[in-house]
Amino acid sequence: MSFPWAKHYEPTHPFMQWMDQKLPLPRLVYNAIGAGYPVPRNLNYFWNFGVLAGAALVIQIVTGIVLAMHYAANGAVAFDSVEHIMRDVNSGWFLRYAHANGATMFFIVVYLHIFRGLYFGSYKAPREMVWLLGVVIFLLMMATAFMGYVLPWGQMSFWGAQVITGFFSAIPVVGEPIRQWLLGGFAPDNAALNRFFSLHYLLPFVIAAVIILHIWALHIPGSSNPTGVEVKDEQDTVPFHPYYTAKDGFGLAIFLIVFAVLLFFAPNMLAEPVNYVPANPLSTPAHIVPEWYFWPFYAILRAFTVDFLWVPAKLWGVIAMFSSILLLFILPWLDNSPVRSTTYRPLYKWFFWLLMFDIVILGICGMKPAAEPWVRMGQIASAYYFAHFLIILPIVSRIERPLPLPNSITEAVLAKHKAA
Amino acid sequence: MAVVETDPSANAGMEDGVRRRDFINIAAVSFAGVGVVAVALPLVNQMNPSADVLALASIEVDLSAIQPGQAIKTSWRKQPIFIRNLTPAEIEDAKKVDVGGLRDPESLEARTKPGKENWLITLGVCTHLGCVPLGAAAGELRGDFGGYFCPCHGSHYDTAARIRKGPAPKNLVVPEYAFTSDTVVQIG
Repeated sequence: MSFPWAKHYEPTHPFMQWMDQKLPLPRLVYNAIGAGYPVPRNLNYFWNFGVLAGAALVIQIVTGIVLAMHYAANGAVAFDSVEHIMRDVNSGWFLRYAHANGATMFFIVVYLHIFRGLYFGSYKAPREMVWLLGVVIFLLMMATAFMGYVLPWGQMSFWGAQVITGFFSAIPVVGEPIRQWLLGGFAPDNAALNRFFSLHYLLPFVIAAVIILHIWALHIPGSSNPTGVEVKDEQDTVPFHPYYTAKDGFGLAIFLIVFAVLLFFAPNMLAEPVNYVPANPLSTPAHIVPEWYFWPFYAILRAFTVDFLWVPAKLWGVIAMFSSILLLFILPWLDNSPVRSTTYRPLYKWFFWLLMFDIVILGICGMKPAAEPWVRMGQIASAYYFAHFLIILPIVSRIERPLPLPNSITEAVLAKHKAA
Repeated sequence: MAVVETDPSANAGMEDGVRRRDFINIAAVSFAGVGVVAVALPLVNQMNPSADVLALASIEVDLSAIQPGQAIKTSWRKQPIFIRNLTPAEIEDAKKVDVGGLRDPESLEARTKPGKENWLITLGVCTHLGCVPLGAAAGELRGDFGGYFCPCHGSHYDTAARIRKGPAPKNLVVPEYAFTSDTVVQIG
């Protein structure tokens, strides 16, 4: 679906006319990301990150496929095959660093994409399905990233696999059999490494498929915008091409510059040195820490240190960690405010930034060893995280008096123009 | 299809709104469903530990070289095993504890073999999330209760390897084992 004033695809060249009758792929592209797709005229740079996340996925798939040509998923040789890629394979160091840091870039742009959705209320009706599919993509990304991190079979790979699959043993009665089923053994070994490689190769394509659904669901109501006011008439929109193809192209260039700086000048900045030690099942590293993009969730996992209501602390931790993400699935129904953009929500704005601060604190606690004051801080920050979504958000959206909204996107744009 | 539906002969066997075709639909879908389950079983089961992994299920260890106060680390089913020769002081410490007040109440006697209660044999796998606790090798931290200490999330185990502090829910697991002679133990 699109707005009534969308331009129609009318091929002039006989070949394109012939093509349009046999396989209307150019028509699909024209109507999806071409001149036939009108988009609000006031999108800011936060609207670049969806495209950038797509670009990051393509980079991961391309570098990943070529790395798989040189990698061997066997416990005896996996570590050495990664070193072989780094030292012997032509340009292997580049491909591996691009893949490892590409994951970081992917999470950076996805977190900014989620931030955009949270701040500008993109999850609200009529875009709930877009948001839900986005959370699914996020979960798939986390699973893929975790399994990819196991493949080099270093110390942190091995112990990360041990800890993460250990989550499942927290489930009463069936937990331990499930863990052994997942690992194909009593501890991470060849069987686990092989299946993680298989799934690590599969899941990015599943992500790509869910992204298609995500974009499909988005194109039904069309993009939201920084005012949160819906498009009213033709004045409020511009065609996607050339306006946003150009803007996204500019954003992509900035993204690639940042990526290149990380890749060429600090490729190991976010890597754990201990993962350059081969996996040793008999010795745990002194401090197990996940990749940076999991830190806040790791802090929530560790927040429970005492049993509570007959449920062991370990199970609470696992439940809390999964709930912290699953909570996002009900977010569209927790926030009842009809106003989308936080810009027009004077009270919610405070709590929004407090939540961002809280997540940063969680991240720091997740990075630090399990000792005071980090444990206590992590507990308070975890409690606040849940309080924000389950208590504060529903109350604030009920009692808040929002600022007056502009009558239309065009009015907002022109008012801004006049003020400047 | 619409033509078939309106054909009176199609409704010839109709009684109480049930058509003969409904039986065909249910039978076909059920048959396909049984087929799907039959194929799914091996697809799911292949993930379970394979025969060669299970074959490593039992080992023998000679204990004669382990002095009181010493511990060794060995490997069973690809998992670390701690074998500790407890000192009399450690045994006394473990027995002094009020068992009922523990998170996972178990006495030292229940965790060792009769007459061999100085031999504490446990998995070296923290019951929280599976790290290898410290304390088996000389000079390693042994935690607030003098047993084992898991550095990952700060679980402290006492001299009978029982959980005393931290997030782990259970004591270190005592595997199935038996003394085959005075100094040799078979684990698994």
